Amino acid sequence: MKFWQALKEAIASIAGNKTRSFLTVLGIVIGVGAVIGVLSIGQGAEASIMGQIESIGTNVIYVFRGNRTEDVTNPKYLTTADADALANRARAPHILNIASVLSGQSSVRFGDESAQTSIMGVTGNYAEVIDLKLSEGSFFTESHITNRSSVVVLGPELAERLTGRQTELVGTTVHINNYPFRVVGVAAAKGGNQFSSPDMDAYIPITAMQLRVKRQNVPNAVDFLLIQAQDSNSIDEAMHEGRTLLRASHRLTSRQPDDFTMTNQEDMLSIANSITNILTIFLAGIAAISLLVGGIGIMNIMLVSVTERTREIGLRKALGARKFDIQLQFLTESAMLSVFGGLIGIGLGWLLGEIVGAVAANSGTPLVPEISLNSVLLATLFSLAVGIFFGWYPALRAANLEPVEALRYE
Amino acid sequence: MELTPQAVKPVIDVQNLTKDYYIGEIVVRALRGIDMQIFPGEMVAIMGPSGSGKSTLMNMIGCLDSPTSGDYYLDSLRVSDLHDDELAIVRNQKIGFVFQKYNLLPRIDAIENVALPLRYSEDTSNMRQRAEAALESVGLGDRMRHKPNELSGGQQQRVAIARALVNQPAILLADEPTGNLDSQSGKEVMELLIKLNQQQNTTIVLVTHDPTVALHAQRTIQLFDGLIKAPEAIA
Repeated sequence: MKFWQALKEAIASIAGNKTRSFLTVLGIVIGVGAVIGVLSIGQGAEASIMGQIESIGTNVIYVFRGNRTEDVTNPKYLTTADADALANRARAPHILNIASVLSGQSSVRFGDESAQTSIMGVTGNYAEVIDLKLSEGSFFTESHITNRSSVVVLGPELAERLTGRQTELVGTTVHINNYPFRVVGVAAAKGGNQFSSPDMDAYIPITAMQLRVKRQNVPNAVDFLLIQAQDSNSIDEAMHEGRTLLRASHRLTSRQPDDFTMTNQEDMLSIANSITNILTIFLAGIAAISLLVGGIGIMNIMLVSVTERTREIGLRKALGARKFDIQLQFLTESAMLSVFGGLIGIGLGWLLGEIVGAVAANSGTPLVPEISLNSVLLATLFSLAVGIFFGWYPALRAANLEPVEALRYE
Repeated sequence: MELTPQAVKPVIDVQNLTKDYYIGEIVVRALRGIDMQIFPGEMVAIMGPSGSGKSTLMNMIGCLDSPTSGDYYLDSLRVSDLHDDELAIVRNQKIGFVFQKYNLLPRIDAIENVALPLRYSEDTSNMRQRAEAALESVGLGDRMRHKPNELSGGQQQRVAIARALVNQPAILLADEPTGNLDSQSGKEVMELLIKLNQQQNTTIVLVTHDPTVALHAQRTIQLFDGLIKAPEAIA
């Protein structure tokens, strides 16, 4: 029998028993739907996180205290002195700018409204380093830093929350940790993700931070440093130079490991990438188990179908069907069933992704689910494979029926 | 046999055919040495009580089963030691089956049922036209699009006969063809078979236990305990 005839018969047979066919493939529908849904949400989440990290700027290196891969006892605090050491044009020609950051949680009050949020004590070039744009006013300057001025740049969402507006705020006063701060600017929206929302932050001079918000036991300690490389191509050189200078600044001998950690955006991208990938694969793997269950469902019904159609098989053999013809017929049927289920499942997965995306958007986390052509092709091929794998045994049973016995079957 | 000229070769030539079944340890000797020849254009009835081996013999003639020993030549082709798939081709090309219970596929209409053997043929050209011609030859040209459950028993059996004829086989093998029909429909089906035999010279082998059906045949072969009983030829 020609393949297209087998295909026609399979479709006729599936269509001839719609309810049962649908119930048979329900397992595949749910399995493929779950896999596609998880993959689309995973890819959407990945894109969202990538976008966030990329929005920081592509040529920024983060320096944290301590070493995450090697054991270091008593790592030195990072201080503003380290930042000064890094600002060495002669020995670090690839480093453009260094910003120090000391952050903490505090209350911010405007009139009767107040909010608990992250206060970022930063140096004057911070805005330049992370490419922070202002929608009004200007970022504080070196003189503000030197004078420990009580000035603040508000994140747009924070401004909105406190004052109900994002404009005409320069010159007004907010209270941070109950100290009055004069607003000098409002940042432009940067967007947020599930890990941080810079639009809710308030930026003040690092010196004011030390004085008014976060008293430090170690003088001039900072939480982290940001190194801006000349451009995205000189990241590696800038990291190397920075590391050499920091080791010298911390007086580390050549046998001592680094007592600080440097990561650049690419590292963070790849870490975030691998985290979302692992999560996606893990969830998709769990979802794939239901595909297995779906396949067993198909095998079950195909076995019933073979028994039900024993006489038909006997007749077909009497009329000249070879073993191969019978096997092809049943295999085509189970494969078609499974592929139909897979196609419905892709639709279901798309729907699932859209729903999760809508829920996420409603709760303030932008997540656009993405269904790649690859995952659609993969799901289709996988359900085809499931159909063939689980249809094999029933088809073989049908093909091996003895014509005499099969014709006699009641 | 002296009535048949030596030059004509038998279409069915069975020599010392035996068939043993095993039911557990017990051997059932269903056929114990059958010699039989059927010539082109003959209409022969095979009769016998139940358990006589006539179903087994029919399965052998129909190439649905292989004999334990002996030779079977169908249309000069030695089929007694062919493999399953080779037997399938022989069934498709050389044998037209008519069953007691019609065995039509309920999902598909008359013409598709008739075309079914063509799907398993080498030559799949003009399937529709050939199936139409076969249906017209059994007088059902106006019922092509009817599904089996929209046809009477007699009509269904005529569809089954059309299906048996569609590949122009060497023999038509009918197993109790009127067994499920009322007497009027049964008579019509027998008349159709006789017409095919007389007008188109189709070789027909009838397996039946009904003497009135057997009367239409030119000769009757009586089976008893796996052997052919006494004189083969009846006037």
